[in-house]
Amino acid sequence: MGIDIHPAVNSGPPLIPRELSAGLGSPGSGLAKPERSETGVWIGIFAIVMSFAAFTSAMIVRQGVTPDWRHFALPPILYVNTLTLLVSSITLAWANRQLASVGPQLLGARDRARQSYSDGMNWLYGTLALGVLFVVGQVLAWRSLVSQGLFLSTNPSSSFFYVFTGMHGLHVLGGIAGLVYMICKLARTNGTARTTGLRAMSVYWHFMDGLWIYLLVLLMVRT
Amino acid sequence: MHDVSATQVTDEHKAPTGFIRKYVFSLDHKVIGKQYFGLALVAVFVGMVLSWLLRIHLAYPTWPIPLLGKFSAAGAPGGVMTPEYYLSLLTMHGTLMVFFVLTNAPFAAFGNYFLPIQIGAEDMAFPRFNMMSFWTTFAAFVVMMASFFVADGPPISGWTAYAPLSAVGGDAGPGLAMGQNLWAISIALFCVASLLGALNFIATTLDLRTKGMSLARMPYSTWAWFVTSVIALLAFAVLLPACILLILDRVGGTSFFIPAGLILSDKLQPHSGGSPLLWQHLFWFFGHPEVYIAILPSIGIIATILPVFVRKPLLGPRALIGSMVAIAFLSYMVWGHHMFVSGMNPFSANLFSVPTLIITIPATILTLLLTASIYGGRMRFDTPALFCLGFISVFISGGISGFYLAQPSLDTYLHATYFVVAHFHFVMAVASLFGVFAGTYFWFPKMFGRMMNETLGKVHFWLTFLGVYCVFMPMHYLGLVGNVRRYSAFVDDYLAPLIPVHKFITIAALLTGAAQLIFFWNLIWSRFRGPVASVNPWQATSLEWSTTSPPPFDNFGAHHPVVQNGPNEYGVEAPDGTDYVMQMAPREGV
Repeated sequence: MGIDIHPAVNSGPPLIPRELSAGLGSPGSGLAKPERSETGVWIGIFAIVMSFAAFTSAMIVRQGVTPDWRHFALPPILYVNTLTLLVSSITLAWANRQLASVGPQLLGARDRARQSYSDGMNWLYGTLALGVLFVVGQVLAWRSLVSQGLFLSTNPSSSFFYVFTGMHGLHVLGGIAGLVYMICKLARTNGTARTTGLRAMSVYWHFMDGLWIYLLVLLMVRT
Repeated sequence: MHDVSATQVTDEHKAPTGFIRKYVFSLDHKVIGKQYFGLALVAVFVGMVLSWLLRIHLAYPTWPIPLLGKFSAAGAPGGVMTPEYYLSLLTMHGTLMVFFVLTNAPFAAFGNYFLPIQIGAEDMAFPRFNMMSFWTTFAAFVVMMASFFVADGPPISGWTAYAPLSAVGGDAGPGLAMGQNLWAISIALFCVASLLGALNFIATTLDLRTKGMSLARMPYSTWAWFVTSVIALLAFAVLLPACILLILDRVGGTSFFIPAGLILSDKLQPHSGGSPLLWQHLFWFFGHPEVYIAILPSIGIIATILPVFVRKPLLGPRALIGSMVAIAFLSYMVWGHHMFVSGMNPFSANLFSVPTLIITIPATILTLLLTASIYGGRMRFDTPALFCLGFISVFISGGISGFYLAQPSLDTYLHATYFVVAHFHFVMAVASLFGVFAGTYFWFPKMFGRMMNETLGKVHFWLTFLGVYCVFMPMHYLGLVGNVRRYSAFVDDYLAPLIPVHKFITIAALLTGAAQLIFFWNLIWSRFRGPVASVNPWQATSLEWSTTSPPPFDNFGAHHPVVQNGPNEYGVEAPDGTDYVMQMAPREGV
């Protein structure tokens, strides 16, 4: 591609070669200061918060508008799932700690780097397993509801239960996809890939955790 | 260290060579911007043809339109559309225009193309999301258009899809079975696409500004796209749940929006206890910010373009940006003013009325700043400048009727009349489109490397400008005398004496629409035959005018621009004898 800048009438040449301008926060400069992936995840979190706020307000309005709300007991497995998800956040935090220390140590202490890499990866696999376990547990919760005769359309309380758990589950599946992507990336590069993506993914994962606690409390109080 | 970044540079910035990667599934924000622009052109053409059909039917309800009869034998037997088919076409006109034109053209198309360049970045923060965003929008468009071709046509529930009509299914009328499903799926897809786009715009603006590009030095258009993307992020994040609940009501048997005891086509609907008002709340919580998603980018475009042609800096840059932010903030507090006659508690109507009236303050500040900036300038009357002036005119004309509609006592009378049609077409549709026109004439040279034809542009402006006044001004009078909207004909009731006004509007609408063909022709002709554009044909200051026309794949050719000045340096005595200083021009003594 021809690179040909014609400066306009009075625009001087304050263009600086890209190699010298690393860190200006542009794509390609490996030292970009603000991490795009993390910024992106935080912005995404704002949108998700807004969506669940909309669902919540819909629930409150719907419950208030007609006296047809039927309360039911939450399936106990939800509490096991909650614990699973909480633990997965802890394992992910440990994985982060191990993997973040891989890069800098490569030159000096190779063995220790290799050790933290394999530890970190194991924690990541553990997180993945717990994440999958959570989704499976949520499906079991649905089945438990179905066995009580509570379907999507049975009552607004069950409708909202399915909507909330379903939407949250979809978002967790997104997190699992991100986790798998990061695991593949790290495995390909033996842990030397930049861990910013992993950090961003972790923010999202912890947020899913917090969101679930909120939803659980909401469902406990409302349904 | 330098080696590392150098290799990364070659990794990340290879321009694609294959046709598919270059033009179809491109990651380049400039190509994606053009794709959005093209999609908006297709949508606006369909929407315009629909408005022609609607207007012809309103003024001449018995005239057969043979082609329409061929297109839909059920909807228009013998070419005369049924009242239901009128509503179907009305729904599609509104939906296509609001979502696929007014959201796509000023925000997604121009924003995609110029936001990264104006802040000196090489691309968006997430090019892959950007590509997904466009193609999801495209899929939404295809799904929406598919509703023309299903058994009983597009839905009749309007672009606002009020429940329970939109929620109950085929028993309630034509288009409410498959057509409404397609509508809801299309809008849900559109929400996903817009969320991805908004996320990208925000991250790009926050993280990818080049050296020296402080927030205060961002051009107004960049500010507008940034503020708009924040609105869009929060607004579409509410419409998406609303659409999900609507789809569940339609296919999952839930009762979110459908009340108990509804009997349609002699059938008791198997739903209970839902709240139609809930849909309106969710929809308008998105819907009112959507108005600003449509208009703010155009305000930003106008504020960027106007000083170029007035040759003096815009007054009160900080007040202007502050007003945009204030409008964005207030846009979330006023949704209830769309529901004054929906059976809402009258007390909440008052609550919504107050912030609605307050929102006129920043809007007025904006308009006054734009208008007052013209005073004392040396105006150049090129086509983009004419559309800037036209924008101010229609924005004021449409805004003033807003003062009346903001008050529940007056809105109760005016809400279901053509007064409202006049209001929102002026202030949202035409004003926003004038921003798009100004942007097109202004940036076409940068996007395609060729100038647009000035004579055709001026003819297009005057015909459009006079045309829209002929179309929408009389609608105020129609509304004031009680001409209801959403009716397909007014032949045998108290409205029959108003038919001549409707005929006038229809003829004006046909002519104004025909004038847009000049614009289409100008686009195509100039793309291939227009005079080659220089780097900076308008003598403007922002960064896009410092790179080639069109810019290279990475926008600034392996360099990062360094910004030394604000975007507002017009009417100065530059060292080289010109009257403007580019954002990249070195400061003296630096």
